[in-house]
Amino acid sequence: MSRDEAGVHTEDHDVHTDPAAVGDLTDAAAHQVNRVAKDGSTVGYRANRTLPLRVELARQLRRRRTQLVLGFLVVLPFLLVLAFQLGSNSPNRKTGGFVDLATSSGVNFVVFVLFVSGSFLLPMIVALFFGDTIASEASWSSLKYLLAIPIPRHRLLRQKALASGLLTLLALVLLPAVSLAVGAVWYGTGQSVSPTGEAASFGSGVVSLALAVCFVAVHLFWVAGLALFLSVSTDAPLGAVGGTVLVSILSQILDQITALEGLRNYLPTHYAFAWADLLTADVDWSNLIKGACSSLVFGAVFTLLAARRFTTKDITS
Amino acid sequence: MSRFRSSWSLLAVIVVLAVVGAVVLWTRSGAPEPPVSSRDAFVEVPEGPGSSGTVRLDTTLYLPASTPAPAVLVAHGFGGSKQSVADQAKELARQGFVALAYSARGFGASTGQIGLDSLNYEVRDGQRLIDWLATRPEVKLDKPGDPRVGVTGASYGGALALMLAGVDKRVDAIAPVITYNDLAQALLPNAAGQQPGDAKTPAAGAFGQDGVFKRSWAGIFFAAGLGGAQANPTQEAPEAGQTGTQNTGAQQGATAPSADTPGSSGTQKPVAGQQPPGSCGRYRPEVCRAYTQLATTGRADAQTLQLLRDSSPSTVTGQITAPTMLVQGEQDTLFGLDQADRTANEITRAGGKVKMVWYTGGHDGGGPGPELRKEIGDFLSFHLTGSGADPGTGFEYAVQGAFRNSGVPSVRTITAPGYPGLTGDGTQRRTLPLTGREQAVLNPPGGNPAAVSSLPGLGSALTSGTASLAGRLAVDVPGQAASFTTAPLDAQLLVTGSATVRVHVAAPQGQPAPADGAVLFAKLYDIAPDGTRSLPGSAVAPFRVGQLPADVTVTLPGIVKPIEAGHRLQLVLATTDQAYANSAEPASYVVSLAEGAGLAVPVVPGHTSTGQSVPAGPLWGIAAVIVGALAVVLVSALRRRRSDDVDPELTGVPLVIEGLTKSYPGGLTAVNDLSFRVEHGQVLGLLGPNGAGKTTTLRMMMGLIKPSAGQIRVFGHRIAPGAPVLSRIGSFVEGSGFLPHLSGAANLRLYWAATGRPVEEAHVEEALEIAGLGDAVHRRVRTYSQGMRQRLAIAQAMLGLPDLLVLDEPTNGLDPPQIHQMREVLRRYASAGRTVLVSSHLLAEVEQTCSHVVVMHRGRLVAAGEVADIAQGGGEASFVVDRQDAAVEVLRALNGVTEVAVDGGQVHANLDGVPRSVAVAALVTAGVSVEGAAPRRRLEDAFLQLVGEDAR
Repeated sequence: MSRDEAGVHTEDHDVHTDPAAVGDLTDAAAHQVNRVAKDGSTVGYRANRTLPLRVELARQLRRRRTQLVLGFLVVLPFLLVLAFQLGSNSPNRKTGGFVDLATSSGVNFVVFVLFVSGSFLLPMIVALFFGDTIASEASWSSLKYLLAIPIPRHRLLRQKALASGLLTLLALVLLPAVSLAVGAVWYGTGQSVSPTGEAASFGSGVVSLALAVCFVAVHLFWVAGLALFLSVSTDAPLGAVGGTVLVSILSQILDQITALEGLRNYLPTHYAFAWADLLTADVDWSNLIKGACSSLVFGAVFTLLAARRFTTKDITS
Repeated sequence: MSRFRSSWSLLAVIVVLAVVGAVVLWTRSGAPEPPVSSRDAFVEVPEGPGSSGTVRLDTTLYLPASTPAPAVLVAHGFGGSKQSVADQAKELARQGFVALAYSARGFGASTGQIGLDSLNYEVRDGQRLIDWLATRPEVKLDKPGDPRVGVTGASYGGALALMLAGVDKRVDAIAPVITYNDLAQALLPNAAGQQPGDAKTPAAGAFGQDGVFKRSWAGIFFAAGLGGAQANPTQEAPEAGQTGTQNTGAQQGATAPSADTPGSSGTQKPVAGQQPPGSCGRYRPEVCRAYTQLATTGRADAQTLQLLRDSSPSTVTGQITAPTMLVQGEQDTLFGLDQADRTANEITRAGGKVKMVWYTGGHDGGGPGPELRKEIGDFLSFHLTGSGADPGTGFEYAVQGAFRNSGVPSVRTITAPGYPGLTGDGTQRRTLPLTGREQAVLNPPGGNPAAVSSLPGLGSALTSGTASLAGRLAVDVPGQAASFTTAPLDAQLLVTGSATVRVHVAAPQGQPAPADGAVLFAKLYDIAPDGTRSLPGSAVAPFRVGQLPADVTVTLPGIVKPIEAGHRLQLVLATTDQAYANSAEPASYVVSLAEGAGLAVPVVPGHTSTGQSVPAGPLWGIAAVIVGALAVVLVSALRRRRSDDVDPELTGVPLVIEGLTKSYPGGLTAVNDLSFRVEHGQVLGLLGPNGAGKTTTLRMMMGLIKPSAGQIRVFGHRIAPGAPVLSRIGSFVEGSGFLPHLSGAANLRLYWAATGRPVEEAHVEEALEIAGLGDAVHRRVRTYSQGMRQRLAIAQAMLGLPDLLVLDEPTNGLDPPQIHQMREVLRRYASAGRTVLVSSHLLAEVEQTCSHVVVMHRGRLVAAGEVADIAQGGGEASFVVDRQDAAVEVLRALNGVTEVAVDGGQVHANLDGVPRSVAVAALVTAGVSVEGAAPRRRLEDAFLQLVGEDAR
């Protein structure tokens, strides 16, 4: 038997079922009588125990793309420091911007990192974690087996969204944390200077940063919602991630068109950098609250659409 | 159906979006800027004392929506006309004022000659205009002949506002912008005082006599009167809270309130009948003489000084009682903060009320932006109509940060309860020790080459309102500058106003002191740790020391600048500056710090005004979103809870399908009214050609696809997405599904972990043995062949030893020995008390594996029953004979035989209990030779027919 198999698949030279194995299985089946619960399920199955968070996290954390993204976030601050070191030797560098502020203290370095990553990198990471989560299962055809366990669809979506959310938070904390450490070592723990030129002590700067990261996390909720919606709408992970990033970029482009005036306030990215308001002593909360509200509305609408689409759609992948 | 519904929900989303968009557009277009109607008129005013002639002033009256309303007289800057303030006047009209814009005499289409805001000429013109306003029915009157009126204007117009309020009590409020207190001091500043500075206000200037001529600016102004150059900022200064690129040049040019269009020939249209301008242009002769005297000698004689003083608000500021909002620019090398400081002092001392605002612009930095213009409007509105919040008498100053987003510098505004020194205590001053030895500086003959500090008149155009770039233009000439530096600051220092320092100036040892004294220029640089120097405000403080040697207190220019920690301040004393009339005599001086002198830096603490309060709408929005989301979650959880549907009679039956239909929009019906049952212990084969609807049926059984009609019950429980009874089914449907980056074993373990069921129920080892992958089980799945994945997937379906095993084409991709083994597995699994459902498109497969069969074609049930029954047929038989017609007759004649038919080479008949041997005997007896007689294989026939149809 195994001889014939070897002829078909060279890789499968040792792929064969030991006849005894069939016996083992049937013995096990004969001995195990599956008891049935009232709802018709096998005893031992509980819908609210399916796909525990740690299992989903294990599934995601063992993926190369997750490891690469998190690794990149650790390396990025070092790359920026290196770039500053190289750039500071050039005599004709332009001054008067975030770049100048960046090297004035550790806190300012983090502000700079958040600023440069705020328009593309962070939305992309969120889009990656949320957009890829269902669509990649669909593309691997593993989604149908998860649903056949059965993991109720709303629970599958919720657990996956939670896992993606935790990974996103990890990324959002990792980047500023590493930046702060790197910045503090290279640029010291001196006074932080806000974009409006206001100085604050290192400690209060760190507190402001923590609040800023919280705002960024809340603000990226709309990206998460949209990515999740696209993720349940397509079987192509790239489509979901790319589509989300595209919408984010489109929104930023429209935001540049001043002729739209007040209409721009309705763009999801309009308040993306409102966290800069937190860096002053007397915080102007208006843009922060508007940004949080706008993002929550967008995020909630997209998430509800995603849940509705996913719980009613036919799984054909 | 679900497609149908999702298209409806898409439509709903589009409708909602359209409605929201329409509402947004409607609300925007519903509140357009109210139109402003205007009337042009020439107002005749007396030419002046000693003349019986008249001057025609070109005016435009802008009317608000409702009248009568308070009036605002809008005066323009030097070189401008009523056109240059048209936009500001319209804005004021929209705010509810009757705004009167006019061209001052000698400007625009007005006739007359420029008297330089003279009390005898321009100020009287203003009074006549107030008379005229009192006759207008649109203007609200305090009493007959006394309209309710405010005056605003920038620079030249601002001075007019101050002077008009000083001489005419009918003026109810004024808002002069970037204007001067004393023209003599503005054009001939002297920053040195003999006594140590003891000013209480933050930007108090020294206002010493016999100053240094501000040559560049004076020239630009004189040219502006001739119609040549631009004297006032054409752009808006950056403001707090600005985002994006609102501050584009085109917009600014169009909306700048005090703007004079640079280089436009329209600013000075020659008026018909007027004499062509000579070298004095439209200036009055005495003004022209004064400028000529100044420009040629660099010093002012008594007559010139008198003329400048007469043209200065300081002559009448002591009489101003109207509430005053003084707006001064931080980027202004022409009329610095000291001018406003002095005006505020004089008005307050006389009992007037002053609100002081310093903004980021000025003659070098740009006109007031929209926020500041609105603030000016609100100030006038409160004092003229009593509406709005009391603007108070506080002090606001704008601080420009280093950060520039989209080309706009970030700005914050700091408010203090009052201007220090006017109310409460004097200004706090921090004294920073300076270090620097005695240094000799040289004045070159002719004052050339000269240091560069600012580019008067070009500053705003070049640097588009940013302080940082302009500040970096400053250049000192080596040998002409002495410098004294502070230690690096340990914390940020926000310089707010004029620093003072006491210095000692002497002639070098052994040389006689210059008879004329010394002219020096003091500047305060901000030095970054990397050595980059910038000159805040581009400002320099020139001073003249008459008798050497002398100790003098130098008041540096008023600036607002945050000096960062680690930066140093540097005091530079230079002998020359491009913008001033330098001393032409070659000379050298020795400068040093006076004994124990330090740099006294003014600091004004205050709160960063956020401007906006916390908006309630978005807060409610956040709450609504959270509550709404919770409600949706709760409702859907309740709906799920009620979804269990069980038929107690069927709990022992593994699978019952009734009337199952799945049709897609577009007419395709994949499964059509399918009904069958699977009993306990069966191995059921679902047989049909590709496209028969087998996989769709299995997917519906897994709850992956929603049936259009009919139902599926597994052990009595109706199948719905996520139905708990699915936990009793193990499935392999249409290909394997594994995480490619994990090994086979890890995949199975994680899959089982995802079920949340106890590990001991899984029997992972047994299942892996069935897969029989050997060592490959620890390799990543992406390296597996199709067959290996297939085996692993079947093993996964068997995890937990499910009561119903559903396998879709399990032998696809397996080779014959593996197929054989798979059959063995399935048979024995069923024999262990489980039920197995296998789909296949191969008849032989089903015949050899299954006990029962359901044949499907094009979504419909064709046949169902035991494989043996269907395969063997009941009493049907087929005969292969030579004479078919005869055979048919013989068979029909037999008692009990029915359904005799010819099909190809065979004759079929239902013998119905008649033994085949009897039938054969009868045929032979009738002379028909029989080559074969066999039970009819109906399954094969049916199946081949189906497949054949497909082939056709």
